Amino acid sequence: MMWLTWRQFRAQAIVTAGGLVLVVVVLAVSGVQFADNFHATIAGCQVHGSCSQLAGGFLNALKGSGYGVIGQVAIALTYAVPGLMGVFWGAPLITREIETGTFRVAWTQSVMRSRWLAVKVGLIGLIALASAGLLSLMASWWMHPIYQASATAGGSDSAVSRLAPAVFGANGVVPIGYAAFGFALGLTIGVLVRHTVPAMAATLAVFAGIQFAWPRWIRPHLMTPLRSTTPLDVSKINQLMIDPSGHMYVTASVSKPGAWVLANQTIDPVGNPFTGPPTNACLNQGIQACNASVTRLHLRSVVTYQPGSRYWAFQGIETAIFLAVAIALVCFCLWWVGRRRLS
Amino acid sequence: MIEFHLDSRSGVSPYLQLIQQVRQGLRLGMLAEGDQLPTVKDVVGSLAINPNTVLKAYRELEYQGLVAARPGVGTFVTKTLADDTIAAHAGLRTDLEKWLAKARRAGLDDESIEALLLTTFRATTKEAV
Amino acid sequence: MTVALQSRALTKRYGRRQALADCELSVPAGRIAGLVGPNGAGKTTLLHLAVGLLAPTSGTIEVLGESPASSPAQLARVGFVAQDTPAYARLSIADHLKLGARMNPGWDDQLARRRISDLHLDPRQKAGKLSGGQRAQLALTLGIAKRPEFLILDEPVASLDPLARREFLQGLMAAAVDQELTVLISSHLVADLERVCDYLIVLQDSRVQLAGDVDGLLSTHRLLSGPRCDTAQLPPAWQVISASHTDRQSTLLVRSSEPVSDASWSVAEISMEDLVLAYMSNATVAPSRDRTLEVQR
Repeated sequence: MMWLTWRQFRAQAIVTAGGLVLVVVVLAVSGVQFADNFHATIAGCQVHGSCSQLAGGFLNALKGSGYGVIGQVAIALTYAVPGLMGVFWGAPLITREIETGTFRVAWTQSVMRSRWLAVKVGLIGLIALASAGLLSLMASWWMHPIYQASATAGGSDSAVSRLAPAVFGANGVVPIGYAAFGFALGLTIGVLVRHTVPAMAATLAVFAGIQFAWPRWIRPHLMTPLRSTTPLDVSKINQLMIDPSGHMYVTASVSKPGAWVLANQTIDPVGNPFTGPPTNACLNQGIQACNASVTRLHLRSVVTYQPGSRYWAFQGIETAIFLAVAIALVCFCLWWVGRRRLS
Repeated sequence: MIEFHLDSRSGVSPYLQLIQQVRQGLRLGMLAEGDQLPTVKDVVGSLAINPNTVLKAYRELEYQGLVAARPGVGTFVTKTLADDTIAAHAGLRTDLEKWLAKARRAGLDDESIEALLLTTFRATTKEAV
Repeated sequence: MTVALQSRALTKRYGRRQALADCELSVPAGRIAGLVGPNGAGKTTLLHLAVGLLAPTSGTIEVLGESPASSPAQLARVGFVAQDTPAYARLSIADHLKLGARMNPGWDDQLARRRISDLHLDPRQKAGKLSGGQRAQLALTLGIAKRPEFLILDEPVASLDPLARREFLQGLMAAAVDQELTVLISSHLVADLERVCDYLIVLQDSRVQLAGDVDGLLSTHRLLSGPRCDTAQLPPAWQVISASHTDRQSTLLVRSSEPVSDASWSVAEISMEDLVLAYMSNATVAPSRDRTLEVQR
């Protein structure tokens, strides 16, 4: 049974291995250079006390540079691969056998169909998890200088938090959970839909939808967010808007190094969200007078956030959830296949 | 070893055709005492018929006293149907070949030859009765 | 005498569509059984139930005394060749043999290899590049080399040319003798099965219309022709399967365990093909035992 699984999967395994080797080599080579680049940039900064500045400069220089491209590609790949595994390895696993009728050969040898499926899912699933893990390992290692720089740069705008949705799902152990889920999702949709192309399309749609919705609506609540209230710092105002209906909205950025800021709300001294009315100074006079008038309003910034220290907690919780769902889906598939309604 | 062939259009069941062909072989001297009949596996492997048909035919031949089955070895001829007329066969066969050549020279096709042979045979058989 | 396949009140429904209704079958071991019926009659459904690819809606089916696909040991006793003989297109013949070896503890590799070489097939050839006849032979090899007790085949020769068909049946019969197989083979053409089967099952409209040993069926069915008569006035022991009348003459197909002694009838034997056709064209919704009641009325 192991031999048959491998023989059927061989071509895909070789292609994947080839791709992985290529990616690993590129990341390894460029990653070493990248780290060297960073250390060279901040060399001796402690002497001059300019570490924060140099780190910030390093991060700013990333945009549009070759390293920036490599980094983005690495992140994109690590996000995409679990979904691709679901689409190309999970969905066709059973649908191809159904469409070609070969399941009538496979299930009338001397192997119970539950064992047949279990071996296939186990072997290919393990390869999927290992591949995703390797990719994530390389991506996390490669991006390490970015996080180091972000920590050193403190409140720089270019600082990247590991919890940020853009990078969280491409580092750590979470991609392994995604890969398990993607594979199991593809398998389940394949078992239910029974036709390869629709199953692949549906798997892609569902997986992408979940990847889109999860960081927005579910992850923020996996642990109760923290709140901090600080006086609004007019020097940090990043948004001031006056609309025709006579409302004014002000937001000032709050420095929370390494944290994932979920919301930033400005409240008035009483505690209600500040909606105006616009001060005279802001309507008619220049920025300086406007800022001064805003200071006199004694507004406060309420920031809802997840601290960076919770990074591994989030990784653990999210990976566990996706793994659990994957296991449940696989159990469902084993049960469904055993029901003998497929003929 | 004789080889069986089946005529699916003759209306005669395969079982009877097998028996007839063995008897014919015995009569014409193609099968002699001690010769082995083809194994059931060989017969069904070339004719694609049910093995029981062959088994029944061989059993009937055994019942007729013509063959005997030796378990584990095969089925062997025990008695031949050839008689003294065998000696005349060679000469008669040559005469037949000459007649056939004559018929073909006259322009008869296979169907006409067969029809002529059979009707004459039947007519003379009736007379002989 | 053991029973290879036993079904009681076997029924399979898909939603409102009934694929098989109330099938009672008892195929003895050692037979080469033919399952005949038009397309859509339920033959494939019955065979898939027998190999465990489907589960019944109601009723039971037992193959070699056990529930189909109930254990690896049971699976090993039954071989199956599915309709259109599916194969893994990108795997070579040798790969398929390896598949058989790895997935069947009773696999006879020598037998498999000998068969492939006797058929002049190239083991390195991919299954997707084989002709229909070659693929059928590969499927047959897979079924035979696992050394089952019971081999089930779903219309294996339907799309083969006459030569390939003959070669397939030759190989099947030789293996049946060699391994003392029980065989159940389905077809929608009686001609395919006539020479090969000694047990017959006729399936139509999802029901078993006729089942029994071919010898017994052919010897108890008679084609009678004689002066025009009223079927209600015939002896009750005669089960009239079909009757056709002109204004002067009646032709009947009659099933009777006693010989027909009435001199007013001229009696002829019936061929298997005509027998099957008679039962198929006469298919009723109720089981055939009801017909005896009608005649006796």
